[in-house]
Amino acid sequence: MMTRKKAGKILYHVIVCSLGLVMIYPLFWMFMSSFKESNTIFLTAGQLIPEKFVFTNYANGWKGFAKISFAVFFKNSFFIAITATLGTVFSSALVAYGLARCRFFGRKILFAAMLVSMMLPAQVLMIPQYLWYQKLGWVGSYKPLILPYCFAIQGFFVYLMINFIDGIPKELDEAAKIDGCSYYSIFSRIIMPLITPALITASIFSFMWRWDDFLSALLYINESARYPVSLALKLFSDPGSSSDYGAMFAMASLSILPAVIIFICLQKYLVEGISTSGLKG
Amino acid sequence: MKDTFGAGLRHFLNKESTAGVVFSLPFIVGFLLFMVVPMGISFYYSLCDYNILSPPVFTGLNNYIKMFTNDNVFYKTIGVTFYFAFVSVPLRLIFALMVALLLLKSSKATGFYRAFYYLPSIIGGSVAVSILWKRMFATDGVVNLLLGILGIHTNYAWLGNTKTAIWTLIILAIWQFGSSMLIFLSSLKQIPVSLYEASRVDGANKFSQFFKITLPLLTPTIFFNLVMQMINGFLAFTQCFIITQGKPLNSTLFYTVYMYQQSFEFYNTGYGAALAWVMLLLISVITVILFATKRFWVYTEGV
Repeated sequence: MMTRKKAGKILYHVIVCSLGLVMIYPLFWMFMSSFKESNTIFLTAGQLIPEKFVFTNYANGWKGFAKISFAVFFKNSFFIAITATLGTVFSSALVAYGLARCRFFGRKILFAAMLVSMMLPAQVLMIPQYLWYQKLGWVGSYKPLILPYCFAIQGFFVYLMINFIDGIPKELDEAAKIDGCSYYSIFSRIIMPLITPALITASIFSFMWRWDDFLSALLYINESARYPVSLALKLFSDPGSSSDYGAMFAMASLSILPAVIIFICLQKYLVEGISTSGLKG
Repeated sequence: MKDTFGAGLRHFLNKESTAGVVFSLPFIVGFLLFMVVPMGISFYYSLCDYNILSPPVFTGLNNYIKMFTNDNVFYKTIGVTFYFAFVSVPLRLIFALMVALLLLKSSKATGFYRAFYYLPSIIGGSVAVSILWKRMFATDGVVNLLLGILGIHTNYAWLGNTKTAIWTLIILAIWQFGSSMLIFLSSLKQIPVSLYEASRVDGANKFSQFFKITLPLLTPTIFFNLVMQMINGFLAFTQCFIITQGKPLNSTLFYTVYMYQQSFEFYNTGYGAALAWVMLLLISVITVILFATKRFWVYTEGV
């Protein structure tokens, strides 16, 4: 009886492990291929571990194209993703506090608008926003990639934070008010420190979304020195500009490294964000 | 005088009704400036013949009439997009649920396994993965090579055939089942153990437990996932844009990519704006239909 139970347990782990390996295989294959000599990648594609690890692909890929190295593209991506994330997290916290803790004229309408902003997909807005930003003279700059996010337009984050603020006892606010605290200092001294976990969750998702954002870079950035990694990678992989698959896989692996690092270190917050509010990773 | 004004202002700003508006100000401005205004402008342009370079010429409903009466590609893209969404989303949800059930059994390694299965969906939308996918399904790609190892020697062009090209995109979509799996896991954990115990006393086996207890209690979660992912399915862009570009013969041309092509490659920007409005309408209709079916299959009683 005991051994049968044990056998079942082993079988379970074998099944889960092998299915997991199938899932992860493509990524692992890309990562391993980036260490193979470029001209052998497809000849030895069935063999996962390279015979000898070479780093020339990374050196070659890092040089980039049109005399612009990937260092520039990474710097651009970090700049865009970090500023947009700071903007969106801070503005969403402000709005969430206002909607969660203050009663005022138009609050219900704003709630409805927030739901609309959650449901209205970026792809529907792609052309409308392009036409508008063109009128504003923003095309070609980072403004369309950063500024809109500083106005709490991603309803998901506001929603996430409202839920979190609702979980903080109102008595805290009341006590602070009696002590002469204004709404503004309640926000900065009480609410902000207490919603740190929600701020971290929102920052993670925002960073990863902005890092991956390919569509808006494609639309608005037309000068190669200002490309973010996603767009640079696409052009790097286009036929004609490079057939060096080793270098391509090396840069592709590097481009997903930030997300993988975040995933490994901050998994707890990611899982929480998805399970509690259905944020898509 | 100045002091009383300052105090008055401070008092005014600290009224609950004012503070609420002040805090919400970023969203009020952002919503108007980056959603309402662009949608308004694009509605006007959708009624115009406009190509970015020359000023718009008002043509009434021409773009819309052309779309429905004189554009075969439009119907083709709708067909492709529906096919993609209606095949990939249910398959992804079924797969997510199966893996969630598998991972529900807790052991020391559960956290580790969960991470394993979730990783693809974290980075699945990235350009890097799309590039990888394109190479994997190439004639000399990994897929054919692995098939060769299994004894099926082929250099089939997965991306070159109208029947299989769309499936490379569907498989990519199913592969990103991680976030649905996590949502399923968290709601599976909320089903009270007492229900299973009681049914076991009554003689129910695992099979009927799943169909009589687990599945009905999961329907609200399934519904939520279905609505969100359907919408996302209709809007897939990057994968199609990088992997297939709509080829071969428009058999993988997603609506969003067609919209992009019309606006920025053929410079029919007015027409593109009209396409965006029709897409919004389509998504709304589908959401409404999904909600209308809710009362037939979604369990709403409390546990």
